[in-house]
Amino acid sequence: MKPFVVVLIAIVAREARRFVGQRSRFIAALIRPLLWLVVFAAGFRAALGLSITPPYETYTTYETYIVPGLCGMILLFNGMQSSLSLVYDREMGSMRLLLTSPLPRWWLLFCRLLASTSISILQVYTFLGITALYGIRFEAAGYLSVLPALLIAGLMLGALGLALSSFIKQLENFAGVMNFVIFPMFFLSSALYPLWKMAESSELLHDICAANPFTHAVELIRFALYGQFNMSALLWTCGAALILLAIALWGYDPARGMIRRKG
Amino acid sequence: MSGLRVDQLSFAYGRKQALREVSFHIPQGSFCALLGPNGAGKSTLFALLTRLFTSRDGTIEIAGHDLSQAPRKALKQMGVVFQQPTLDLDLTVHRNLTYFAALHGFSGRDANTRIEAALDRLNMRERQKETVRDLNGGHRRRLEIARSLIHTPSVLLLDEPTVGLDAATRKSITDHIHALSQSEGLTVLWATHLTDEIQDTDQLLILHQGRLLEDGTAQALRGTQPLADHFLSLTEESTVA
Repeated sequence: MKPFVVVLIAIVAREARRFVGQRSRFIAALIRPLLWLVVFAAGFRAALGLSITPPYETYTTYETYIVPGLCGMILLFNGMQSSLSLVYDREMGSMRLLLTSPLPRWWLLFCRLLASTSISILQVYTFLGITALYGIRFEAAGYLSVLPALLIAGLMLGALGLALSSFIKQLENFAGVMNFVIFPMFFLSSALYPLWKMAESSELLHDICAANPFTHAVELIRFALYGQFNMSALLWTCGAALILLAIALWGYDPARGMIRRKG
Repeated sequence: MSGLRVDQLSFAYGRKQALREVSFHIPQGSFCALLGPNGAGKSTLFALLTRLFTSRDGTIEIAGHDLSQAPRKALKQMGVVFQQPTLDLDLTVHRNLTYFAALHGFSGRDANTRIEAALDRLNMRERQKETVRDLNGGHRRRLEIARSLIHTPSVLLLDEPTVGLDAATRKSITDHIHALSQSEGLTVLWATHLTDEIQDTDQLLILHQGRLLEDGTAQALRGTQPLADHFLSLTEESTVA
């Protein structure tokens, strides 16, 4: 058992060190949701009235509504970014090195996933700290109960990135993934508007949003922030995480050779 | 312990055949150079040897362990120096090595003893606190070689390890690996396209267009010709044919 733990600690520590070394990445990752919160939400506050649906028990401002969605956004962007950095050759080298370890490959990939998720969670808490200063606060227990929700959602989104990284052979830049994965996932979810609001404009859009695992990840986080538990969101997120993880492992299976590339 | 054995190994990227029925054996403790022009299939062979991907056609045995049947035992016996740099530039030499030791399950005092021994072998001990970014190309390569020896493998694979280095550094690294192979009984497979890195007593494999053209000692293969001429005539001939 010991080598498994040693590898886990080493991989998490490496990600943490890299993260500390890249302060600009950290700031960029925080600026994005903060802009949404301060600029976008402030503008929409007047335009959008929210009715009282669970987990909300009283009238909620739009800014309060989108905080869980923005937490999800941090996890989504980070999950993609850290896994897709593997596509670039510099990181691919470190992946190759990782895969020469005599430990099972599924464990190595899981450790890497857990490492990048831990970093994302750290960022989410920093974001929640800033929103608290901005005036949007949750119960103290909510900050604790959101941790497992963030972990599951983060693993799911990281697994999505890992799965993509094993299938995408060449990537000119991050923009392709932004356009085809991140934006559709983010906009077709309950992150920015509640699903019932979506249903008012289009049933089809509503159905797409309801099937989007990111919606369920956001709802899991939203309920957990209010100390509540959302069973269907948990099942959806866990299910998606397992499927995506299986695809990622399949993609990195040497016999399948999805990481085959010349050179 | 039986060095490195490859038997009837073939591999294709879709319809493009990259390796065709390649077979060779490097006895324990031998230095073997794998010579081939760019695009000969060296990198594919290395990807298969390091289990980045696998092929259904053919077998690979590392120190007696079949890579597809017992991958973990085989990987334990294998050290690799990749062509592309795989060091964390912002971490110190020691931290880079600790990370690698952990990937092989070594930690604490055991890891430190191994790291020190590996650094001593490559005369790099005094640099262990330096950040990798501050090292020159030659020292970075030496560090990667030191790293590949931490888990005391019996087979060492190096994929064009001297690319981008000046002549003196190339020579010093080549000599060092030759010496290591002799003193520690290490089986070495050294891929290169530079004939001056090969000594007459080395085993030599010449790979071209995915086929193994020759396998023997460098001296026997080249005869009275300089190796570079022999290599050129061989690869030109088969390109024309």
